[in-house]
Amino acid sequence: MTAATETRGPVTKPTSQVVGDGSASRFPIYLAVGLVALLWTIPSLGLLINSFREPSLIRGSGWWTVFGNLFEAGAWTIQNYTQVLEGGFGNAFANTLAVTIPAVAIPLTVAAFAAYAFAWMEFPGRNLIFVTVVGLMVIPLQMALIPILNIYTNFDLNGTFPAVWLAHAGFGLPLAVYLLRNYMGSLPASLIESAKIDGADHFKIFTRLVVPLSVPVLASFAIFQFLWVWNDFLVALVFLGVDPSNRVLTVELADLAGRGEGALNLLPAAAFVTMILPLVVFFSLQRFFVRGLTAGSVKG
Amino acid sequence: MSTPPVTTEQLDEAQHRPLPPEPGASSNSPSVWLLRLASALVIPAVLVLFFFTFDFLKQEDINKIVQVVVAVLVGVGGIWLLYWGMDRAISAMPERAGAAVRPFAFAGPAMVLLAFYLVYPAVNTFILSFQNSAATEFIAFDNYQRIFTESVYLISIRNSVVWVLFVPAAALAIGLGFATLADKLSSRSENVAKSLIFLPMAISFVGASVVWTFIYDFRTEGFGDQIGILNAILVAFGGDPVNWMQVPLWNNLFLMIILVWLQTGFAMVILSSAIKSVPEDQLEASRIDGANEWQVFRRIVIPSIASTIVVVWTTILITTWKVFDIVFVMTGGGFDTSVVAERMVTEFFTFGNSGMGAALAVLLFVAVVPILVINVRRFRQQEATR
Repeated sequence: MTAATETRGPVTKPTSQVVGDGSASRFPIYLAVGLVALLWTIPSLGLLINSFREPSLIRGSGWWTVFGNLFEAGAWTIQNYTQVLEGGFGNAFANTLAVTIPAVAIPLTVAAFAAYAFAWMEFPGRNLIFVTVVGLMVIPLQMALIPILNIYTNFDLNGTFPAVWLAHAGFGLPLAVYLLRNYMGSLPASLIESAKIDGADHFKIFTRLVVPLSVPVLASFAIFQFLWVWNDFLVALVFLGVDPSNRVLTVELADLAGRGEGALNLLPAAAFVTMILPLVVFFSLQRFFVRGLTAGSVKG
Repeated sequence: MSTPPVTTEQLDEAQHRPLPPEPGASSNSPSVWLLRLASALVIPAVLVLFFFTFDFLKQEDINKIVQVVVAVLVGVGGIWLLYWGMDRAISAMPERAGAAVRPFAFAGPAMVLLAFYLVYPAVNTFILSFQNSAATEFIAFDNYQRIFTESVYLISIRNSVVWVLFVPAAALAIGLGFATLADKLSSRSENVAKSLIFLPMAISFVGASVVWTFIYDFRTEGFGDQIGILNAILVAFGGDPVNWMQVPLWNNLFLMIILVWLQTGFAMVILSSAIKSVPEDQLEASRIDGANEWQVFRRIVIPSIASTIVVVWTTILITTWKVFDIVFVMTGGGFDTSVVAERMVTEFFTFGNSGMGAALAVLLFVAVVPILVINVRRFRQQEATR
């Protein structure tokens, strides 16, 4: 392909420029892309196959051996899943939901009101405060863990769900305020003004006008924060702890992984239980997620 | 506020012009500031009181479904109601005072949460880092001195540095190559291929570690077939199985590959959209001038997306620098695979050494500041030249 382009004479140029015209020249590209895609898929695929195999088979042979005997009686089972769900992961799933939903909703609401104020209200120090809020994105989570844990321990709040909700809310706010403020600030000023002339106060303008218009950015932050909280291990480990009744999915899974050989047959199914919801959210709302990712990639 | 005459002041507000100084109830009088402070504090205070006085949220045997429902009701509905109540209360104030206080009722709760969850802890962590393990006395720079002299910490720093050198570069290179090639395929093949690469982005670091457990699995020879695919391939070609997680130095690379697997999709998606925004006529023009595909890529595409590359590189670098879960789950920091963020949690959470944990957290923070400053400066320059 390359050589052909280099030796091409002036006369033939315009007709043969576009690379990928014709499947023959595209074949190497298909091959390369396909190989990388396959390489990237193998780890998850192997895990998925393993999760439906008999425990003894998981331990005894690699998942790729199933391709020799796909229909062998007794090779497939959902036993791993039932065992995992009864053995703590059902509970952990509920816990994770109980942690995640408010930990998304609270910062979303708080940030939306703040973003509106930064965009459309006048008050002393507005710009300075906004810049400071955005600057807080620099602070890593780790800087906050020890003092917050000390406070929670002193007031006996550690191990409670609200403790984790508020912590996640606090950590997620800088990004949320930044994203929402930028979006809300770009709404046309004439719209807000005419609503004011019609007699709407700030609260009405916010709820009836600005929030409905900001749905795309609210959705991208919500998805971003959802995946962040659902997949979080550190915050849950520190503030909820390893008490079996409190564990979220990541903590439960890390614990299972730490049990070694004895729990090996449960690991694939357990891992998929933790992944299923984020994967569904991810595939159904990919567009919003990508947008949030592009805009807010500094978080963490 | 229900029937406000349209004043010029309100229009000014909408145009983001500063309010003219008001006679009488000056917006900066102490009483107004007190009201502002109060309005900012009310919602967080109510939240905390509500959450933490309801014992049933702490009880272990409480039905999880009830907890989820309460959580949703409070988290979504309750907070809106609180803001609405605040707004009504402010509307009952004299109009001038209300207008001066209202912004603080809107923005205040966010500021209070941030002050409590980020600003105060950050300051406190700095102080703790100069104290001993139980935070009972100041020991000056002892913690920092240990970090830069004792081998456990030096190994963590060494590993972290290698992580941030390798992972962003690898993820960027693969992501860029993949995005460039996939761009030349039909849009349906492109989307399928990109989804497959992107999929790991939805997986937690802990989940990813479990996924790779089955890649790196090792059985001592004679103790059954290899169920890890790497060792199976090795054995099939007549080699001896390797315990990947315990090979000195190389085990770090094997852990890094997990993060590359996770982050490549991110790099790929962002770079892909950047590549697509390179003007088509520029590409065409250079092709007509006789440039081959590689030259087009080097001379046109790369310079056009350079700023995106820097942003993606920085983002992955920061993620990598703070990675903790992968090492924690795969090796627990053993076999000289410890990294700074993992060491921080181990020191503070496992060993209960708050001083050392704080010092390592400060190290995590301070090290990224120059990178962010460089980025912001670059960004400003670009904005200025635009």
